[in-house]
Amino acid sequence: MSQLFFGYFAGMIAITSILVVALRNPVYSALSLLVMFFHVAGLFVTLHAEFLAAVQIIVYAGAILVLYLFVVMILNVTQDDRYHSQWRIAGVVCIPLFIESMLLLSGGAGAVKTGSPSLQSEPHDAITTDNTLAIGKTLFSTYLFPFEVASLVLLVAMIGAIVLAKRDIGDTNA
Amino acid sequence: MTIPISYYLILSAIVFLTGVVGVLIRRNIIAILLSVELMLNATNINFVAFSDHLQDLGGQVFVFFTLTVAAAEVAVGLAIIIALHRSRSTINVEEFNLLKW
Repeated sequence: MSQLFFGYFAGMIAITSILVVALRNPVYSALSLLVMFFHVAGLFVTLHAEFLAAVQIIVYAGAILVLYLFVVMILNVTQDDRYHSQWRIAGVVCIPLFIESMLLLSGGAGAVKTGSPSLQSEPHDAITTDNTLAIGKTLFSTYLFPFEVASLVLLVAMIGAIVLAKRDIGDTNA
Repeated sequence: MTIPISYYLILSAIVFLTGVVGVLIRRNIIAILLSVELMLNATNINFVAFSDHLQDLGGQVFVFFTLTVAAAEVAVGLAIIIALHRSRSTINVEEFNLLKW
């Protein structure tokens, strides 16, 4: 049963991620990315990360993708007539990487399985039944300083976006 | 019946390589930013899969920080796109050669 769910989610994620790159119209690319975000959230639910699945839908599908569509509508983007001339370089870079990762995974699958029990025996913040409670406790105790740094990153990004996107003062006066 | 961790790695590799190909071959700068989102999601799948495999919550917390960085990247990137569109009235990356030698 879990394999059936994984097969469905993985297949849809792979197909929609390829569609994001292949479709010429940016609006269609953004919408297929939306479908991909929902299926990634479903995959998170099967991996016992319910809180992250909700955050994935709220932040990615609700905020980030709406921002993308907003900018596409503002700029009135027409579709690409053709792809970039760098597609040969892309093939040269990606085909060896793909073959290499497949070889590593097919050869190293046994090593991952044998290495896991020693890692599992170490004491960790175990994933309990209440996923949100456990994440909150870990985030505000072990990862408190990175959490504060993340808030600073968001503040800087907000100020930077406002400064970059506003018109010059001379334009508004004129 | 659990899924082996290598299946998640293969899925993540496929999505990440699709993102790399998208960054290299697309000429629309918005499509390039969408491909960057694909790559960030591939790393998120890896983090959550290993978090479940090793029974460690650190992976899920790091997905949280990845989300933060993705939101910041989108805000700043789209602001740069709007500023570029205002000065050049195009978003085709082949038209932007200001920093070329």
